[in-house]
Amino acid sequence: MRLLPRELETLWTLFTAPVVWALHFLVCYLTVAIHCAKVDPGASLAAIRFMLAVATVLALATIVLSATLAWRQWGFGTQEPPHEEPTREDRRLFQGFATLLLSALSFVSVLFVALPLAAIERCAS
Amino acid sequence: MILTLPLIISCQGEQSTLNTAGSEAEDIAHLIVVTAAAGAIVWVCVVGLMLFAAARRGEPMAEQSAGLVIAWGGVVLPASLLFILLAYVLFSMPATRPWFEKSRADVEIEITGEQYWWRVRYLDERGNVLFENANEIRLPAGRKVRLLLRAHDVIHSFWLPSLAGKMDMIPGRTNILWLEPERVGIYRGPCTEFCGTSHTRMSMQALVLEPQAFASWVEEVSSARKSPADARAHGQEAFLQHGCGACHAIDGTAARGRLGPNLTRLFERDRIGAGASANDPSGRMAFVRNAGAIKPGALMPAFPEINESDLRAISDYLGAAR
Repeated sequence: MRLLPRELETLWTLFTAPVVWALHFLVCYLTVAIHCAKVDPGASLAAIRFMLAVATVLALATIVLSATLAWRQWGFGTQEPPHEEPTREDRRLFQGFATLLLSALSFVSVLFVALPLAAIERCAS
Repeated sequence: MILTLPLIISCQGEQSTLNTAGSEAEDIAHLIVVTAAAGAIVWVCVVGLMLFAAARRGEPMAEQSAGLVIAWGGVVLPASLLFILLAYVLFSMPATRPWFEKSRADVEIEITGEQYWWRVRYLDERGNVLFENANEIRLPAGRKVRLLLRAHDVIHSFWLPSLAGKMDMIPGRTNILWLEPERVGIYRGPCTEFCGTSHTRMSMQALVLEPQAFASWVEEVSSARKSPADARAHGQEAFLQHGCGACHAIDGTAARGRLGPNLTRLFERDRIGAGASANDPSGRMAFVRNAGAIKPGALMPAFPEINESDLRAISDYLGAAR
């Protein structure tokens, strides 16, 4: 049995990376907001920052995996876009290419979302 | 020359982010310059590329090099630049919005936004009210000031552009803002969250004093508060007789109202009605006669029944009341 299927003929793979980005965003912001609302103003964020750094690495790894699968689906860059013919092959390549671009966007966005973790040390009222 | 005038004018004055007089404001001004410069560089590059592309009309680029230009110029470069700028902004946050332990405050002041004025209370180390004032705050230069920002009725926003960034005042919440004024002077702060009809007539003045001058002022006001004021015969009598004391307090007298601004040492303030009009006899008399005409929506009623002589006496009394 293969860990990863040879080919995914579904539109859902297209959304994997943006969904990871959205979840990562929610986890980061909600965790910090709830933590800071429940503790004293000025409380340290050290433990939360470590946890969210781990969440960020996991999110980035998932997005890289999604991008790798998309790269494979796109034929490892051997095909040129725009893949606009009404054929099954072009649909597959188009989906792979779009997924790859969305993965790149999500990767950068997750980094942007995580950047405050490096700068913010504690809650402030 | 004329085109640069707005720029030059906006860099001066008592209410400018670029005319800095506090450490946070300095960092904010720095942030503005860096981000504006980066934005200008990006703009010049984009427009330059556009002109370059327009000039190359009829000479198409090779497909591969066009792809490289799009990938680097359209994806890698903007993403990296934004990343660097975002990192710079985030790392400057501790300086632009500092946070300290409460014990590090040299001065603590509670400011409450009300429609359409500011209630100012100076607190002692234990958080008790030393004395109350309105629409003007005095701060010592080179000291850490902890402001407790509150709102009585609707959301207001506190902003002294020359000293620090702005912070909202929200009913039911206490927001903490730290200030570190550095330069002695007078600075103006408008209410920056629409709060009703007279929102634009709600401003405050911040006087940054030398630490010794500030300490002696606090001492003077606190001690005067405890001793009875000299009854400036007619003026104080008229003030109390017409019921002004029901809403306004003048420390050391029978006027102990808490609804409106505390009028103790009104002579110190440059303007009355939170910046609405000048603090001179005609300004004071017009305000007492019909505050709503100067400040629409103000809670203070009109007093058409007060005769001229009493009105003048009240104005003179307020102009001198300590």
